[in-house]
Amino acid sequence: MGLVQLHLPAFQVILPMLAAPLVMLMARSPRAAWATATLVSWLSLAISLMLLVRVQAEGVVTYHMGGWLPPVGIEYRVDSVNILVLLVISFISAVVMPFARQSVASEVREDKHGYFYAAFLLANCGLLGIAITGDAFNIFVFFEIAALASYSLIATGRERQAVMASYQYLMMGTIGTTFLLIGIGFLYIMTGTLNLMDLAARLPEVNDTRTVRAALAFIVVGISLKLALFPLHLWLPNAYAYAPSMVTVFLSATATKVAIYVLMRFIFGVFGHELSFNELEMNLLLMPLAMLGILIPSIVAIFHTNIKRMFAYSSVAQVGYIILGISFASTLGLMASVLHLFNHAITKAALFMALGCIAYRLGGVSLIHMTGAGQRMPWTMTAFVIAGLSLIGVPLTAGFVTKWHLILAALDGGLWPIAVFLLGTSVLALLYVWRVVEVAFFRPPLRRIKVREAPLSLLLPTWFLTLACLYFGIETSLPVGLAERAAEALMGGYP
Amino acid sequence: MHEWFVINWPFIEWLPPSLVLILGGLLVSFLRGVVQKLMLLAAPTLALVAVLGSAPGAYASFEFLNMQMTLGRVDPLSLVFAHVFAIMALVGAIYALHVRDTIQHVAALIYAGSAMGVVFAGDLVTLYVFWELMMLSSVWLIWRNRRAASLAAGFRYLLVHAVSGVLLLAGIVIYYTQTGSLSFDAIETGSPAFWLILLGFMINAAVPPLHAWLTDAYPEATVTGAVFLCAFTTKTAVYTLIRGFPEAEVLVWLGTLMTLWGVTYAVLANNIRRLLAYHIVSQVGFMVAGIGLGTAMALNGSAAHAFTHILYKALLFMSAGAIIQMTGRAKLTELGGLYRHMPLTFVFYMIAAFSISALPLTSGFVSKTMILEAYADHQAAFVWLVLSLASAGTFLSVGLKLPWFVFMGRDSGLRPREAPANMLVAMGIVAFFCIFIGVYPQWLYQMLPHQPVGYNAYTLAHVFWDLQLLSFVGLVFFVLLKFMAPKDKITLDTDWFYRVAAPHAVGLIHRHGTSAWRNLLAAMRWPLGRIFAQALRYHGPKGILARTSPTGSMVLWVAVLLTATLLLYYI
Repeated sequence: MGLVQLHLPAFQVILPMLAAPLVMLMARSPRAAWATATLVSWLSLAISLMLLVRVQAEGVVTYHMGGWLPPVGIEYRVDSVNILVLLVISFISAVVMPFARQSVASEVREDKHGYFYAAFLLANCGLLGIAITGDAFNIFVFFEIAALASYSLIATGRERQAVMASYQYLMMGTIGTTFLLIGIGFLYIMTGTLNLMDLAARLPEVNDTRTVRAALAFIVVGISLKLALFPLHLWLPNAYAYAPSMVTVFLSATATKVAIYVLMRFIFGVFGHELSFNELEMNLLLMPLAMLGILIPSIVAIFHTNIKRMFAYSSVAQVGYIILGISFASTLGLMASVLHLFNHAITKAALFMALGCIAYRLGGVSLIHMTGAGQRMPWTMTAFVIAGLSLIGVPLTAGFVTKWHLILAALDGGLWPIAVFLLGTSVLALLYVWRVVEVAFFRPPLRRIKVREAPLSLLLPTWFLTLACLYFGIETSLPVGLAERAAEALMGGYP
Repeated sequence: MHEWFVINWPFIEWLPPSLVLILGGLLVSFLRGVVQKLMLLAAPTLALVAVLGSAPGAYASFEFLNMQMTLGRVDPLSLVFAHVFAIMALVGAIYALHVRDTIQHVAALIYAGSAMGVVFAGDLVTLYVFWELMMLSSVWLIWRNRRAASLAAGFRYLLVHAVSGVLLLAGIVIYYTQTGSLSFDAIETGSPAFWLILLGFMINAAVPPLHAWLTDAYPEATVTGAVFLCAFTTKTAVYTLIRGFPEAEVLVWLGTLMTLWGVTYAVLANNIRRLLAYHIVSQVGFMVAGIGLGTAMALNGSAAHAFTHILYKALLFMSAGAIIQMTGRAKLTELGGLYRHMPLTFVFYMIAAFSISALPLTSGFVSKTMILEAYADHQAAFVWLVLSLASAGTFLSVGLKLPWFVFMGRDSGLRPREAPANMLVAMGIVAFFCIFIGVYPQWLYQMLPHQPVGYNAYTLAHVFWDLQLLSFVGLVFFVLLKFMAPKDKITLDTDWFYRVAAPHAVGLIHRHGTSAWRNLLAAMRWPLGRIFAQALRYHGPKGILARTSPTGSMVLWVAVLLTATLLLYYI
């Protein structure tokens, strides 16, 4: 095994981290900053893919930071669960970077581009770090890295509200990570270890103590804040709506997903589903919140006229679907959740990219801006419709595959009212997507604005993801296979 | 066919014959003129080559949503049907070569392809997809006749087949939940899935009282479309019945009923294609009865009869189509004395008519007698008698009455020219097969699913009995000729329920329902408005649930949730 192969897990995180200051130094030349960041994001994807190959061959890839052995040293650990998350993050950032050049150029002040891409790389590094590490405290550290970088990314938005949105996100995010830290602290007090595997091994002895239960409560609430579980989602709509398009694409596809991964890791991997669901009956908390979180934000989305904000609310609803799958506490439900993690990432990224194209040409993403856009920007709007269908969950799109598995999981658990509920809420998604389609395709365009189709560098990544929505709706073996193994691994606690 | 030349279809792993036809159909839609005509011939020819080159096995399998889909399950049973379907697709394309209507060509090829898709489907989901595709493509062959009656008949056709599709899908879902398997093989009797799937198949097989769509729609189809229609839909249903429901007792009686029902109503028909359509019901009855008996010989007989029936029935529809095309008339009462002007059509028609009447040396004789023999072996005298009676009735109306009033008889004064060359070529090919199979039945027998076929059609007893029956029927016909004259009336069958009763009921409900609906709407306006206003108030952009909340209130929610969680865990 070559040196690169040996240190792959470290490279995954270190590469964007080391590249960030380098990019910042290139602040004078936005082109060079962008090119370097793009190169790094592609290298990241290559590393993730190499890790995937290794995981499929070896099962679990472990890496000891600095050669220190696990309970003491920091362990990086890639298994069938987090390889999927790593792939999502690096795949989305590799696709979004080509999109970024023109989009960012039009939405962010030029003298800030160096800092912008540096922050992006740091966010990337943080998210990858959360996913890859096997150490609880390390998770907290990377959470902070990712969060701080995202705050500054959001604050670069054109509108003045962007700063306020970023500030609110900062407050809430800090509370969230603090809660996580408190929880981890409690666990450390009780077990004397920070390594997730070690924790999982030692926790059963002290399960009955109130400290451990408080730790679980703090961790669950803290992460729920980060993943925007209803009603802790209030920071999300503004943050997504006012951030630059490229940031929205990246964060919507990755940030909440990573938090969901951490939630899964803790309640299934560390605490074990026996404790989380059978003894503490966490599903009593998660299931109603997930269902409310699907219903209310979906209805809110229907009434919104700012489409970016509308899809931000839809993201909250989609998080609800994933949490619902988790709350079934079954392999099937978990599999549906992991699958939706992947499918929703590409679907939402495609949608926000289409919105980025519209913002680039039309200067805004309100319904009024989009009047007649179907005639002016047919390619963009077609991509929008296809990704919208995937969001609704129409057969032959990626969204359908997850809806299908989620419904199967609900029926398998004997929860047929929830299956009916799922079908019903798809109609809500249909409603809010249809509003855009109606305005864009069935109204004549505003006469006074001359608009052309979006430039190729925006259109190609958009269509790449749109076609991915279709591809993964038809050829499902890769995500389904990964999700199946991930779910089995999670249900088995820590392997 | 295999012993003469051996070929292997090289693309079988990803391009089964069904997809060849469907893709060919899609290609045809982009082409025009001579190139389109060439493609129209090339696609079925390639499909035929592909069928000939398919060795038994399972091909083109892939996984979709954890379900194993198989597009190409090739075994002796599916091959028999695939052979005749491929031949028919080619012949039908030749017959339709002169038509300048891209939609019809596309529809016909996709229809033939999906019928073949049903035959090659290894699992129920694939089967269902092709089943629906068959319905959606075939209806255009009716609509493109471009008459008001065709449009209406097409919609009725669509309606009935949509019901068949829904029943089938419901059956498949129940079957899957019960057995956890989707593979399509003989289905266990008694469960709800059994009945639902059977019902779905029976609608397509035109089993009375679910048969009226056929006699309603086929006479309204285009001249060339009817040839495709009469070949595929009912026979795919026969295939699925053979595969899924061998030895289902109920099919014995339904099949027997079908044979008589079709023959009886055919006597009353005046439209020549309606008369022939009733004989599809009757002939499919023979196959269904054979499936119900379920012995090796009966199943072989059903498959063989489907094979020969597709050919001679297509020939009947082709010659009837030629007459309609050349004279513009379709009613027995308006036709007559045409044999002088369309001699070739007349000859071809008679070959097909003798085949359907099972005259020795024609294809019908070697297949129909097989089913009868199976019943005779089984000592089922009653069924045997009814089937024989239906045979006699078939000869009476298709073999004697129709040709007498169309080609012979009173001169109607029509002076049509002979049909176009491409139609004659198509008819000639099929006529050749009708005679060829009759003379050399081994060619057909060696393809049948249950080998070896220990049956010889040409025993002295068979031939004598058959000739006796036919000559007696001929005697009766000419003695009672004056009672046989057709009357220009429309006979309504069980389609009365949806052609007369249903519109009345709908009209009644419509009149009384409209006012009730208006009242309901008026009553609902207030509460609906309230619901919308409330939703807007809380969920709208300025509503409490969508507002940008101050940081403090967000933190409050965090506190609330933490408290709730802690309470839940501590209690």
